[in-house]
Amino acid sequence: MMKLKKNIAWSDTGFVFDPSTGDSFTVNPIGLDMIRLLKEGNSREAICEKILEDYEADAMQVERDYDDFINLLYKLKLTEDDGKAQG
Amino acid sequence: MMGKRRVNIAVSGLNAVDSPGPGIPVIRALRESAYFDVRIIGLSYEALEPGIYMHDLVDKTYQIPLPAAGAEHLLNRLRYIHDAERLDVIIPNFDAELFHFIRLADVLRREMNIQTFLPGMEQFEARQKVNLVAYGQEHGLRVPKSRAINRESEIASLSQEFSYPVMVKGKFYDAYVAYTPAQVQGWFHKLSARWGLPVIVQEFITGQEVNVTAIGDGRGNMIGAVPMRKQYVTEKGKAWSGISIDDPHLLAMARDVFTRTQWRGALELEVLRSGDDYYLIEINPRFPAWVYLAVGCGQNHPEALVRLALGEEVAPFETYDVGKLFVRYSFDMIVELEEFMKISTQGEL
Repeated sequence: MMKLKKNIAWSDTGFVFDPSTGDSFTVNPIGLDMIRLLKEGNSREAICEKILEDYEADAMQVERDYDDFINLLYKLKLTEDDGKAQG
Repeated sequence: MMGKRRVNIAVSGLNAVDSPGPGIPVIRALRESAYFDVRIIGLSYEALEPGIYMHDLVDKTYQIPLPAAGAEHLLNRLRYIHDAERLDVIIPNFDAELFHFIRLADVLRREMNIQTFLPGMEQFEARQKVNLVAYGQEHGLRVPKSRAINRESEIASLSQEFSYPVMVKGKFYDAYVAYTPAQVQGWFHKLSARWGLPVIVQEFITGQEVNVTAIGDGRGNMIGAVPMRKQYVTEKGKAWSGISIDDPHLLAMARDVFTRTQWRGALELEVLRSGDDYYLIEINPRFPAWVYLAVGCGQNHPEALVRLALGEEVAPFETYDVGKLFVRYSFDMIVELEEFMKISTQGEL
């Protein structure tokens, strides 16, 4: 399962900070929800299910967005070293 | 509860300008000390160093001779200042003046009981820009390829060793990117006129600029260290804002420098992080101008340095706040002509 770096910090306004590099990012509300759910240790299925409950979208779209988002987190080095690009 | 110890401390580097000296942040740190009630004596070189007129931070300022005048002139001036101020500690903050202060450290202590806390001459020389490659090899640090240039005629052969662009650096300060031999030539003249020879040509490496401000006790122990990533850089390459980061590799690099060299006093590591590689660009033998960020993160390095200089045992700092920023700003002071005249003509204010 993909894991976010332990020390990643974020605010309710969608500001994400990586303390090891000093890099900062902004995410939209869905991205913020995904980060929260990842941090809680949820699986890909559980995260997509929760997103579907909270937002009007079809399942395939949510799964694709989730995978894109995870790939982005991986590219930005916001995941643990042993994390995989695909959740 | 015991009161704070009264200490008279002389501090140079009052040039809080666009390429700022560390004096003002060092003084701010000392003013916030939990141990010391400080009287600050500024040491200045030019009449327009802003710190001279910051009377809430600097109690009195004396001009001192430029390093080119020699150590004897400096010593005589310090004797005069000591007679009036009874100095306890001096914190020199300019690379260019450190050579004399290191040489004079014993005399200052024996003759006037003035303490400093500086590296030895050998340590100071070993990390000079011209010696940095050898320093890196000796201590297992990755350092960009460099060459010291003493004559304009050496520029033509650079392309055999380096691919362009290259960094062209002054002996003490300033660094420029050069894309052609003609640009190297231009910077060579500018830098050698300002800082003397040699001029250093260094391999150009792209990456993220990260620095560490740190302090060592001279016995191999690192007393404190705070790494910072530059957030906003001026045209002169100076950090105008930065953020404290949690980078164990940088801290390990700094700790290793102290362990291997028994470095005594403050230093700044300038590092380029390129992917997972860390290149040591420079070791500055003093506090950086952003040292107040360390204070903001819970490590008062200038206070620790004064305690060490006065012979106290100082326990190493173990933590600091991550994700704190410094944001520098400029500010216009209104100064009476009388003050400017006094420092210009009498050399003290």
